[in-house]
Amino acid sequence: MNAWHALIGQLPFEWAQYAFMHNALLAMILVSPLFALLGCMVINNQMAFFSEAIGHAALTGIAVGVVAGIANPLWSMIPVAVLLAFAITLLRHHSAASADTIIGLVMAFAVALGVVLLSRGGGFAKYSSYLIGDILTITPGEIAGAAILLAVIAGIWLIFFNRIALTFLNRPLARSRGINVWLVESLFAAAVALVVTVSIPWIGLLVINSLLILPAAAARNMARNTAQYHAIAVVVSLLSGILGLIGSYYWNTASGATVVLVAMGFFVLSLAGRIVR
Amino acid sequence: MDNNITSGHAGACCTRIENLGVRIGNTNILENVDLHLHCGQLVALIGPNGAGKTTLLRAMLGELPHSGRLHFLPVRKVGGETSPRIGYVPQKIEMDLLAPITVCDLFASAVSRRPIWLGCRRKSLKGSLEMLAVVGADELLEKKLGQLSGGQLQRVLLALALTPVPEILLLDEPVAGVDQAGIEMFYTMVSQFRRAFDLAILLISHDLPAIARFADRMVFLNRRILADGTPAEVLSNPRVIQTFGYDFSAAAGPHAAAPVHHGGAS
Repeated sequence: MNAWHALIGQLPFEWAQYAFMHNALLAMILVSPLFALLGCMVINNQMAFFSEAIGHAALTGIAVGVVAGIANPLWSMIPVAVLLAFAITLLRHHSAASADTIIGLVMAFAVALGVVLLSRGGGFAKYSSYLIGDILTITPGEIAGAAILLAVIAGIWLIFFNRIALTFLNRPLARSRGINVWLVESLFAAAVALVVTVSIPWIGLLVINSLLILPAAAARNMARNTAQYHAIAVVVSLLSGILGLIGSYYWNTASGATVVLVAMGFFVLSLAGRIVR
Repeated sequence: MDNNITSGHAGACCTRIENLGVRIGNTNILENVDLHLHCGQLVALIGPNGAGKTTLLRAMLGELPHSGRLHFLPVRKVGGETSPRIGYVPQKIEMDLLAPITVCDLFASAVSRRPIWLGCRRKSLKGSLEMLAVVGADELLEKKLGQLSGGQLQRVLLALALTPVPEILLLDEPVAGVDQAGIEMFYTMVSQFRRAFDLAILLISHDLPAIARFADRMVFLNRRILADGTPAEVLSNPRVIQTFGYDFSAAAGPHAAAPVHHGGAS
């Protein structure tokens, strides 16, 4: 950590003098590749709406924590998000309704329940920071948490990636090759729930899904194979995270939303490139 | 591939589906399905839309819960359970063809543990790519799945289903969206493989005149099995004629009139 502060402190920029910017930058460098990796598979499996719902379910997670008197709401947000992710995954296969209807219902329920519980006695305002997020107040302990999360997801991606990819390409095909498709789908849903939920206090639940979707969507416009798809998404995500964070310092804006606007810029460029080609 | 490669154990290898049923919600999608599949035999599965053809394949793959029994012979131990190797060729429309997945990525994801986001190494797949050459698709390795023609995609998927060579091959509408020349080529290939590899093949098809010339046997399914016999027999069944609005039995040709047997040259 000290080496990091020393390194960034050398940079000849105004923002590089502040320790909170060093912390935020390191956190951004750790979480943006995560979003890129997950996002690629979220898009391949047409789960953009799913991850959006998981983000909004954070409201219920926070509320459950408040009602149960848990000091750090993260410990109630994670189980609630994972539980809802499993519920949606199960309902998708065991209901006559289409996937987007199921997800829409679950999301509406989670948001309404969260708002009702949190607004009791008119105190919703103090939770509004979760809507926008704040990466500038991130602590070294939280950065360590982000590093562990990156290691866990990278581990899952090294061991299970081929099975996840084949399951999402075609479920019965994956089954014919002996893949436990239920395990793979549940594992992926839990990974998305975990990463989205842990990042909400930093990025904000209103824009978090865009960070998952945009780098992968931009990469899809350019990639010629799976390796390029992931590499481009990681680069776009890292660049958006770093440029967005620094931009937010100079413009005095919310970091999460600024990062999303930069990522959107990359997406538009990739789209233009695709059309020109 | 030539025709004198024949099956060694006709009749000894057989898959028995007994009283199989699939229920989703309150609806019986399939009930009382009894079907025996023999090695070296190509069985065409026909029926109207919503008849449960795809459901039957998915139940056989163990992807859908079902009642009744699936009995596979010869018995082979796979991870503590007895199950055959099943090759599966999915329906084209069920696949996400916009994803940046190349033929190489597809094969690597199925046969290798090395994660494909680290890149697809042709070298490490060497032995697994032989079938691509057999179906004449080895030139397509670097192409994205979405760039392939309907016929090319189906040959790639067939090669994958045959890597490694399975005991049972299931094909779900493999020629949907393939032109007439491609259909002929594909069916010719599949019917050669059934002898060369002694495969029990179950193939869903809506293209009755074409498949009638290649299938050894035809099964008409509509929630339950309503007809089972040679293509000429099944296609002249009044219920089949009523369902498809036409008597295709003339298209079955001389091949269909021959009794079903295994191992003989056609």
